[in-house]
Amino acid sequence: MSAIYILWLRELKRYIRSRVQIIASLGQPVLYLLALGFGLGPVFQRAGNGSYVQFIAPGVIGMSILFMCVFSGISILWDRQFGFLKETLVAPVPRMHIMLGRTLGSATVATVQGILVFIVCLIAGFRPHSWTVFPQALIFMAMIAITFAALGTAFGSVIKDMQGFPIVMNFMVLPMFFLSGALYPLSHLPNVLTVITHLDPLTYGIDGLRGSLIGVWHFGFALDVAVMAAIAAAFLSLGAYMFSKIQL
Amino acid sequence: MIRAENLVKTFGDFTAVRGISFDVKQGEIFAFLGPNGAGKTTTIKMLTTLLKPTSGTIELDGLNPTLKQKEARQRFGIVFQDPSLDNEQTAYENMELHGILYHVPRKVRVERIETLLKIFELWDRKDDYVKQFSGGMKRRLEIARGFLHTPKILFLDEPTLGLDPQSRNQLWTHVKRLNETEKTTVFLTTHYMDEADRVAHRIAIIDHGNLIAQGTSAELKASTNTDSLENAFLALTGDSIRDESASSADNMRQVVKMWRR
Repeated sequence: MSAIYILWLRELKRYIRSRVQIIASLGQPVLYLLALGFGLGPVFQRAGNGSYVQFIAPGVIGMSILFMCVFSGISILWDRQFGFLKETLVAPVPRMHIMLGRTLGSATVATVQGILVFIVCLIAGFRPHSWTVFPQALIFMAMIAITFAALGTAFGSVIKDMQGFPIVMNFMVLPMFFLSGALYPLSHLPNVLTVITHLDPLTYGIDGLRGSLIGVWHFGFALDVAVMAAIAAAFLSLGAYMFSKIQL
Repeated sequence: MIRAENLVKTFGDFTAVRGISFDVKQGEIFAFLGPNGAGKTTTIKMLTTLLKPTSGTIELDGLNPTLKQKEARQRFGIVFQDPSLDNEQTAYENMELHGILYHVPRKVRVERIETLLKIFELWDRKDDYVKQFSGGMKRRLEIARGFLHTPKILFLDEPTLGLDPQSRNQLWTHVKRLNETEKTTVFLTTHYMDEADRVAHRIAIIDHGNLIAQGTSAELKASTNTDSLENAFLALTGDSIRDESASSADNMRQVVKMWRR
């Protein structure tokens, strides 16, 4: 257990110590929020869907958590290249604990980042429908974080060098984001897109987050929680399996 | 303390280690020498549970490391050929993390970290980030860390690679001292014959995956009729240069070099 704690703590320390990175990773969500939120706002409004900033803010929070998790997962690659991974892998500790410590650390960091983006959204004019929903929103943020931190660990365990990173970004992470309903409502989509969006794990996380924050649900609370919990469990198992297969 | 019998490791149709046997006694400093690609690192990886032997048996302090992985790991410390420190944490934090991973009780941990950092002359820099350390300091920290959980065996895989003579000298002095005071068995590889000659009680020479000679430095010199260990080594392994193709580890070293200031 102490191994899980110390590796979790390591992720946190690394996050807190890289203030430049914290600011830098806020840049992208802010860009989406301002450029898309205000740029597409009038069109969205004319289509009768209300404020686009209100709609997109939960999506942007979900996006920043997703990206943060994947970047943390990739840090396994750095640890492999700078050698620290070996130090943890020869320790008399089950690999499962090492994987859990790292993954929960990434998830915690990503959730904190999500909260920061939430605050940025508030500054940009986003208003949740009630202030008491924050704990519920936090649960969804944490679930998104754990799910994708586990997926990040799986990626980080499989790819061996930085050249694999763009492949993961362009063929897994970006599609997952753009097909998740983070940027547009899920109703009245073409059939193909409907199917794809329903298969995207992030869809349920974003729907839960949006439902919690502005009270607009596509699937409903129970389904979102159930699907996210199932996917989190599946990805954690996948991540643990991939991590256990790392050869030095 | 370390016993290997008919140890074999094959990768596909390439045999890296071809049935080697040796026995290292408790408290001994044992040098494992060989040209590049002779099978040194592969052997260390098998001894330290990172690779499973294709066949043959290993015993570490009476334990089979392939079966009792966790117990075996608790008993040895290892300093790898490549650095394995966390650059983004301080020297002290690196030590502490290691202590926790190796289940060293808090009180012992605090005391031992202080003792070891003082022995290796890093106590003044304990709160500095490892990324600010020189190569020699990093090595010292890694070796200090290797001793932290009072291992019975310490594996050192080319620990002095790229260090200046001063750092090398100082490093071996510390290792010898801890070998004497804590009775730690030391298993080392190196390319510097003078180091092996000075430090090691016994030496084994491996080439093309075979153990070709074993004994004290004096015995090796006598058997080859040479006056230095370097000449004995060359007499045993020949003068031809071994060209390895770049492995992923070499590529990694290049990347690391590039990313360092």
